[in-house]
Amino acid sequence: MTLRSDIQARAAQLRVRFEAAGGQVVDTPLLQPAGTLLDLYGEDIRARAYVTSDALRGEQMLRPDFTVPVVEAHMRHGAEPARYTYSGEVFRRQELDPDRPNEYLQVGYEVFERDDAAAADAEVFSLFALQVRGLPLRAATGDIGILMAAVEGLNTTDKRKTALMRHIWRPRRFRSLLDRFAGRCPVPESRRKLLSTEGDLTGSAVEIGKRRAAEVQARVEALRADAKEPPIAENELLALEALMAVRETVPFATEQMRDIAVDLPQINPALDRLDARTAAMKARGVDVDNLDFEASYGRTSMEYYDGFVFGFYAEARPDLPPVASGGRYDALTRQLGDGEEIPAVGGVLRPDLMLQLEEARK
Amino acid sequence: MTLKLGVPSKGRLMEKTFDWFAKRGVTLSRTGSDREYAGAIEGVSNMELVLLSAGEVPRELAAGRIHLGVTGTDLVQEKLPRFEQQVEELAEMGFGHADLILAVPQFWIDVDTLDDLDAAASAFRAAHGHRLRIATKYHRLVREFLTDAGVADYQLVDSQGATEGTVKNETAEMVADITSTGETLRANHLKLLGDGLVLKSQATLWRSRVAKYGRDEKAALNTLLDLLEHRK
Repeated sequence: MTLRSDIQARAAQLRVRFEAAGGQVVDTPLLQPAGTLLDLYGEDIRARAYVTSDALRGEQMLRPDFTVPVVEAHMRHGAEPARYTYSGEVFRRQELDPDRPNEYLQVGYEVFERDDAAAADAEVFSLFALQVRGLPLRAATGDIGILMAAVEGLNTTDKRKTALMRHIWRPRRFRSLLDRFAGRCPVPESRRKLLSTEGDLTGSAVEIGKRRAAEVQARVEALRADAKEPPIAENELLALEALMAVRETVPFATEQMRDIAVDLPQINPALDRLDARTAAMKARGVDVDNLDFEASYGRTSMEYYDGFVFGFYAEARPDLPPVASGGRYDALTRQLGDGEEIPAVGGVLRPDLMLQLEEARK
Repeated sequence: MTLKLGVPSKGRLMEKTFDWFAKRGVTLSRTGSDREYAGAIEGVSNMELVLLSAGEVPRELAAGRIHLGVTGTDLVQEKLPRFEQQVEELAEMGFGHADLILAVPQFWIDVDTLDDLDAAASAFRAAHGHRLRIATKYHRLVREFLTDAGVADYQLVDSQGATEGTVKNETAEMVADITSTGETLRANHLKLLGDGLVLKSQATLWRSRVAKYGRDEKAALNTLLDLLEHRK
């Protein structure tokens, strides 16, 4: 059993190293207003966070992560560029696995920096690699920005692209949307019937609720318009699927994706950014030739990341969550910043897991 | 010690449970005044009847305070995480059928599937500035179902009764509720989503895996199981 005091001592040590790298210490309240987190993550967050409430402030959540409050604090009164570090408890509701802790320490480092994204990505990754050096971990990396660029550049309507972008982080729904837009799955009977009609549909059903008849009619028009659009072309679709399946070391992955870019030229700028990051990481001494890259990495568990993503996993313990993870979340700052935005990248470490792995090796 | 059987204390569910056991040679009855929650069992010795609300049966089973309990699949799955590890299903009882479903206003002619719902929720949020509200008391089941289906931009609002009326009152845009015939839905101008069946439920006899079984409880349980086996 790892002692709590040992975990805290390790957390303090890790934070000191982040401070030495330029991180300014921030502290955020344990109780977070639930509204912000719900708007960001949707109802799913209730399955992961403890919710409590009082009559005065309404629903609040026990801090499920640091990123959101740190971004909010920065957007309120941060100087630029800024580097932050923190250490403290996060709380995760566990309903399925009694072996997973519902409270643990996280130590993090976040960089808010406008100028050189590649350098900031490399800085964060190499700092985390340094912190976990010596542990039997495998690093995984990815870049959600490449997939997003691929979707944005598809030869299809903006509505379809928006729908796909909305579900980048939900691979199953993304898949079913893609199948539908490519004309791969049959049109449901109810939809076929609806599309066979024309003009305003005034049925006998009573209009009730806050979603009005005009909104129903607007969506019917949109469905009719969409039915007239050609399906997404086969070559684009195959290229997109090939892209999502890329899983190689960084040099080979880059090569494969440049091949795919022949059919999806829109991803070339994103691949240039990947090249710049790879060079920056190499300059910091990261062994990029043996670093794994998965184009779909980070799509299921890391909802707000929209660029570079990374994680460090205990190879011998696939049951453990990542010991460290992080990524770029430019869009999040836009969402929380009330019109303001700043490119940001960061990550968190789990000192408890680090100690657990070290003890297991003794 | 005695084997404790928890049975819903009120209404048709209790009567039908009593009938079900009677057909299998076990007589359950209420004792004392009509208002007193006490009961008796004949047919199996060392067995005790506990009358309680159907909603409390899952919790009592999981705590091991009762050995057996009668309640719906819906309540067990809503209230007990990893329910299979805490309770064992002994028999489906063939009554109390109810489906947990998703329903939307009938005039939403553009919404018939979860796919449609997801798209409508997105447009609704953009137009109204808040997520599409679904009234329900089955938060966990509905959330897990919608997460699995990849539906986003919805929000669950709690409704412990008269759920179908929430749409008309504009406290929710749609509902997730238990229905047996669908009549209440139709009367409230709602329709089912084609692929919106969250769970099929019926009254079920459960055994707690957590409760302690001494010699007397084991003997009583075996006697009961024999009787149930016999009349299947």
